[in-house]
Amino acid sequence: MASLTANGHIEPSGPRPKRIGPGRYGVYAFLIISALFFLIPLYVMIVTSLKPMDEIRLGNLFALPGSPSFDAWVKAWSQACTGLNCNGIHVGMLNSIKILVPSVLLSIAVGSVTGYALSFWRPKGANILFAVLLLGAFIPYQVFLYPLVRILSMVSLYNSIPGVVFVHTIFGLPLMTLLFRNFYAGIPIDLFKAARVDGGGFWAIFIRLMLPLSTPIIVVAAILQITGIWNDFLFGLIFAGRENFPMTVQLNNVVNSSFGEKEYNVNMAATILTALVPLFVYFVSGRWFVRGIASGAVKG
Amino acid sequence: MATVSIRDLEIEFGNLKVLKTLDLEIEQGEFIVLLGPSGCGKSTLLNAVAGLLDVSAGQIWIGGKNVTWEEPKDRGIGMVFQSYALYPRMTVEGNLSFGLKMAKVPKDEIDKRVARAAKILQIEPLLKRRPAELSGGQRQRVAIGRALVRDVDVFLFDEPLSNLDAKLRTELRVELKRLHQELGSTMIYVTHDQIEALTLADRVAVMNGGVIQQLASPKEIYRRPISRFVAGFVGSPSMNFIEGNLSVSDGKAAFKLPDGHLVDMTGYEFETPPEHGRPATLGVRPEQVDLEHREPGASVLPVKLTLLEPMGADSLVWGELAGKTFSVRIDGDAHVETPSSVDAFFLPAQASIFDLSTGARL
Repeated sequence: MASLTANGHIEPSGPRPKRIGPGRYGVYAFLIISALFFLIPLYVMIVTSLKPMDEIRLGNLFALPGSPSFDAWVKAWSQACTGLNCNGIHVGMLNSIKILVPSVLLSIAVGSVTGYALSFWRPKGANILFAVLLLGAFIPYQVFLYPLVRILSMVSLYNSIPGVVFVHTIFGLPLMTLLFRNFYAGIPIDLFKAARVDGGGFWAIFIRLMLPLSTPIIVVAAILQITGIWNDFLFGLIFAGRENFPMTVQLNNVVNSSFGEKEYNVNMAATILTALVPLFVYFVSGRWFVRGIASGAVKG
Repeated sequence: MATVSIRDLEIEFGNLKVLKTLDLEIEQGEFIVLLGPSGCGKSTLLNAVAGLLDVSAGQIWIGGKNVTWEEPKDRGIGMVFQSYALYPRMTVEGNLSFGLKMAKVPKDEIDKRVARAAKILQIEPLLKRRPAELSGGQRQRVAIGRALVRDVDVFLFDEPLSNLDAKLRTELRVELKRLHQELGSTMIYVTHDQIEALTLADRVAVMNGGVIQQLASPKEIYRRPISRFVAGFVGSPSMNFIEGNLSVSDGKAAFKLPDGHLVDMTGYEFETPPEHGRPATLGVRPEQVDLEHREPGASVLPVKLTLLEPMGADSLVWGELAGKTFSVRIDGDAHVETPSSVDAFFLPAQASIFDLSTGARL
């Protein structure tokens, strides 16, 4: 139904649809309550880390600190004892970065090339290779640990950063390959054919044509690998060696060191420090992450 | 410019034979159109010539050289795709020069060739743009330019106009024909559009089920289709088919309709001497039927007209003959009564007769 207004235009009639109805308020209320619920542990951690031990002993978990201080943070960073060394967890942070950067770069590089080869060049047995690769991803890590230790010590990579980087790259391969293969499956095959007719070889097509198109999936891969490798405990503990323990292992040593009183404030501060990198990655790239996963789902 | 020779080519995907011992000789500078329905193997054949598919058996020769196992870039071919397949992150200039850079052509030579191709295709103002900023017609020009700059001997087109709207399609079709005349290159063009096939081709290869059914000039394909499939596929609306029997008496051939009515076929050139009583299909194109004038030597078909469909310049009249749909193309100004029963006249020399079971021309 339309009615004419004074100036002769046809106007829509009837009430405007309400933008925010009661249902919407309910949804918001639910979301806010859920968010608060999941933020409680973080609140407790931050509050506790800012309290001195005297206040913590009172047991008021949710109370705000009477006299907030960053002493616990400083101690966690530079003085907390991890086993026999009392240099704090900043040593672990450096180790984690030394492990993280090459592992992420290498696993993405290898995974993207493998995915590209599997989806465009389709060498003989590509499907079998891919199936085996995926199967590998589903076998529990623990099965591989002992053989890997033997292999790495045979090639003198055991207890070293290159060793743990190697392990991260290998274990990242199935997921990275899957991710890139599915992404490249969404790129029209004609593009690849045209480049081949134009004389592009394996690497020329990959570097000049495919990589510039791969930004969204590289971001997704980077997020997955950064958070995954940073949070890794097992491989760091087993393959890195005592000198190169990553932050997660150091954190465990701080929290579980068994002499004297448990310094909850230091433990909390150390935990937050350890979680900062993945937290930062999620905050910065959450939007990209959702977008990348969604585009993969539609196209792949 | 080069000849292309395809010898006993077979292509299998798993157990599926897509091309069955296919032979095709293409002359230097010839424009060949591969025409056929989806899945007939025409694109497969083109991809094989381009070197993008491994052949199962047979050989491909280009310019007198066996290229069966050569890389696409070493075959002297350029290819244009239906989806344009422009490199999205490169400018038009980057798209045009990619192949030359791959071939390590010197920089000033690249610039010269890109400028020349851009001029021929009238895309000079677009050189700095990205593909996303181009219209469909412009994109396809760039795609053609990509083959043009490489000075290829053979152009391969894989349904290049199918993604364009009707008006642009007509424009680019004319331009392609002009381009072929200017360059004189050998061109192989895949399409399912019979208008493109008939207008562009020196020779058309009508394909079905992995084999070439007929390879002939567009006129020949239209006038003397070698099988019922070719007759039905080429022409719009499709040729009218009437099933019946051949009848021969006193050396005169006729076509017997199911109701016993005899249609005189004097003037029809039989490929094989007609046998009395042989089951056959009579094919008459809608535009070969006349409802008003009976030319000397014309035969008569009794048609029930049911519907008039005006199309501007001409009109289609739909009707029925022997239980089958029958269409007639008449002048747009002419008038017919529908429904009505009329005599439709046609010249037996223009008609086609096919064997009922094999579909081969008789």
